[in-house]
Amino acid sequence: MKVGVVSGHVYSTINFPFFDSKKLMICDYLNADGTTSGYTIAVDRVGAGVGEVVLIMDEGNSARQMFGLTTGPIRAVVVGIVDEADFGTPSPSP
Amino acid sequence: MQLARVKGTVVATIKSRGLEGVRFLIVQPLDKHQEPVGNEIVAADAVHMAGPGELVYFVSSREAAEAMPERFVPVDHAIVGIVDGVQVTS
Repeated sequence: MKVGVVSGHVYSTINFPFFDSKKLMICDYLNADGTTSGYTIAVDRVGAGVGEVVLIMDEGNSARQMFGLTTGPIRAVVVGIVDEADFGTPSPSP
Repeated sequence: MQLARVKGTVVATIKSRGLEGVRFLIVQPLDKHQEPVGNEIVAADAVHMAGPGELVYFVSSREAAEAMPERFVPVDHAIVGIVDGVQVTS
């Protein structure tokens, strides 16, 4: 899993059926020094909002299990909202 | 998943089994501000409706094959949605 910051969301009407009524969040990956590098579009499972530090699970089989599927083009899922992360350096504020 | 802009199409008559009837599009991966990152790639169109100029999102690696009607096909990028809008704060 990775720690990221929600920086926005994507909405679409024409999509693979799995994504119907799923919230897609743009999440920037967070580095130990508080900077971000790269992003992913993840399905939200916890009701995360923009600006929040979140836990991103990026593995297909686990993602499918969470949604009770055996097949489906899903991989990245927001699985937690981070209250505090100690990187051994000054912690980024949520 | 990542954002991408559809640039064009690819037509191949001779292809691996399981890829019959699959549309292939050339897409340019984008960052969250919709600026191009890296080189163009070929992605299968799992929504059957994407066309040049459209903003889409795609899955990579094994999950791309999961978007295809047949499982375990040799596909490594698949378009799974056409974007209506993106809201980014920073």
